[in-house]
Amino acid sequence: MARWTPERIRKARVKLGFTLYYIIFILFLYGPMIAMFVLSFQGRRGGTNFPMKGWSLYWWEKLIEPSVVGDLQGAMGRSLVLALIVMAITALFSTMLAMAFRKKFRGSGILFYTIMAGLMIPGILLSLGLATLMRQLGISPAWYSSALGAHVVWTLPFGFLVMMAVFNRFDSRLEEAARDMGASEWTVFKEITLPLITPGIVAAGLFGFTLSYDEFARTTLLAGEFNTLPLDIASSMTQRIRPTLFALGTASTIFSLLMISLFLSIYTVLMRKPK
Amino acid sequence: MQDPVTPQHTGIIGSQPKPSKDATARYIVAHEDGFPVGWLIAPATLWLVIFLVVPLGAILVFSFWTSTGFGMKPDMTVTNYADFFSKEGFFTVSSDNFLSPSVFLKTLGSTIYFTLFIMLLCLIVGYPIAYFLAMQVQTFGWQMSLFLLTMVPFWTSYLIRAVAWLPMLGRKGVINQFLMWIGAIDKPLGFLFYSEFSYTVALVQLYVVLSIGPMFFSLAKIDKAILDAARDMGATPFQIFREIIGPMSLPGVAIGMIFIFVMLMGEFASAVVVYGGKISTTGTVILNYYGTANYPFAAVNALMLMLAMMIGVIIILRIVDIRKEL
Repeated sequence: MARWTPERIRKARVKLGFTLYYIIFILFLYGPMIAMFVLSFQGRRGGTNFPMKGWSLYWWEKLIEPSVVGDLQGAMGRSLVLALIVMAITALFSTMLAMAFRKKFRGSGILFYTIMAGLMIPGILLSLGLATLMRQLGISPAWYSSALGAHVVWTLPFGFLVMMAVFNRFDSRLEEAARDMGASEWTVFKEITLPLITPGIVAAGLFGFTLSYDEFARTTLLAGEFNTLPLDIASSMTQRIRPTLFALGTASTIFSLLMISLFLSIYTVLMRKPK
Repeated sequence: MQDPVTPQHTGIIGSQPKPSKDATARYIVAHEDGFPVGWLIAPATLWLVIFLVVPLGAILVFSFWTSTGFGMKPDMTVTNYADFFSKEGFFTVSSDNFLSPSVFLKTLGSTIYFTLFIMLLCLIVGYPIAYFLAMQVQTFGWQMSLFLLTMVPFWTSYLIRAVAWLPMLGRKGVINQFLMWIGAIDKPLGFLFYSEFSYTVALVQLYVVLSIGPMFFSLAKIDKAILDAARDMGATPFQIFREIIGPMSLPGVAIGMIFIFVMLMGEFASAVVVYGGKISTTGTVILNYYGTANYPFAAVNALMLMLAMMIGVIIILRIVDIRKEL
């Protein structure tokens, strides 16, 4: 082992300082969520604050009971279906776009910036524009039409960037070889390209799923008659806040975390592949 | 402008090694084949036109229409713009607010002010984290895991994260209970929740995550050999930071700041959740006017917000050249 020179001691101190700061930062990020998680198991007589008045699943049961907090089950179902549709469209569109961007084509610059604009335009502006436009045209907004449209605008840039990264590492010689042997474009895609990029497509789709599932700003004016889960959460916040909300928050966070770990494990496997 | 054909978006998402020179060359030659581009881009382009380009254009058009109380009718008026600038202030000669900004301008102003304030806090809080991850953590595995740990909240519900501050900062919250337990205060501090304090804390916690990513990627790209060289030549840590690390991480800082700038400018939900609706942002003004069916005026507010955002982004891009990062 090297000796503990003053230089090494100084470096170790700096590193220790940064590590402590990082730990404090993580507590800052996750602390409130953990408190919420613990409080969701609050006893029947407990409130939204510590100390815990016993432990129970009372607030979780209220979550499952029908018609306590409005139409919670319905909202959850709609959010889930919406997120699944967004997932499929994001995966499909971002794959197609990334494939197109492998070549040079006219207008590619404008298209690129339009895709990225979806990332930069605040949800409230998109919601306002689409909602007023639909009103004027006499079309009523609904979660499966207008909200879906706005969600895909938001998720597409992320999926697109994932797929661009995938094709960045793609070995085009495989496709060339297949073409040289006389394969048609469809055969090349089905037999060579698709199997190689499938993990990427799944990752892009899951990215879209998690973003859509929690999206609030782009659903606000666009969901129409029926609420999605984030809208339901928002409206229950205007009433008295109860531990039920914490149970709901915990449940939805855990669900998101499951989806992210799925996304991350696929992405890791994908990026670990040689070439 | 950067060439969109070369997919090197290492700065925003995923950190992969750059493709080697010959790989790029090979890839350009190889692609006269493949599906026709037109068919590949048509569906997504159509989607973006319907749900992004047309709605934004509609905001511009509607801002010149007149409100009828329950809807709006086509017109070519600038009254809405005049209202935005002059209502309760500015050119209203009769009032005592003459030549002071209108409430809407003031709201936009305070939105910008608060946005810049939160941006600065996010930079101060987030940069050391990005620096720690990129420079101090040695192995790639640890680097990625710790980075992901900071990124995960981005994928969870934004509203839930905001409301989770209630048990922390509320009147009977963890912080107050702790302070009373150690005897620092006798009665709970009221300003911790539904206040500017909670609003600031919550916004930093909600958005800092977005700025860490880009800063981390640009810091991680710095070649450690340069730092070693500087150290061998006798540079102090401060000099190394000022001359090498600082300038080289600027593009990442700029991207991160642009990210949170546009999101904070459009912020409206957390104002209600953690500030109890006691503050209005341009976002809440837009929603209020939408709620009272004055769509043209909501559109004007939205346009002004967009204008302010564009100016802000252009300023950031003027200061920092992010092209090499993209």
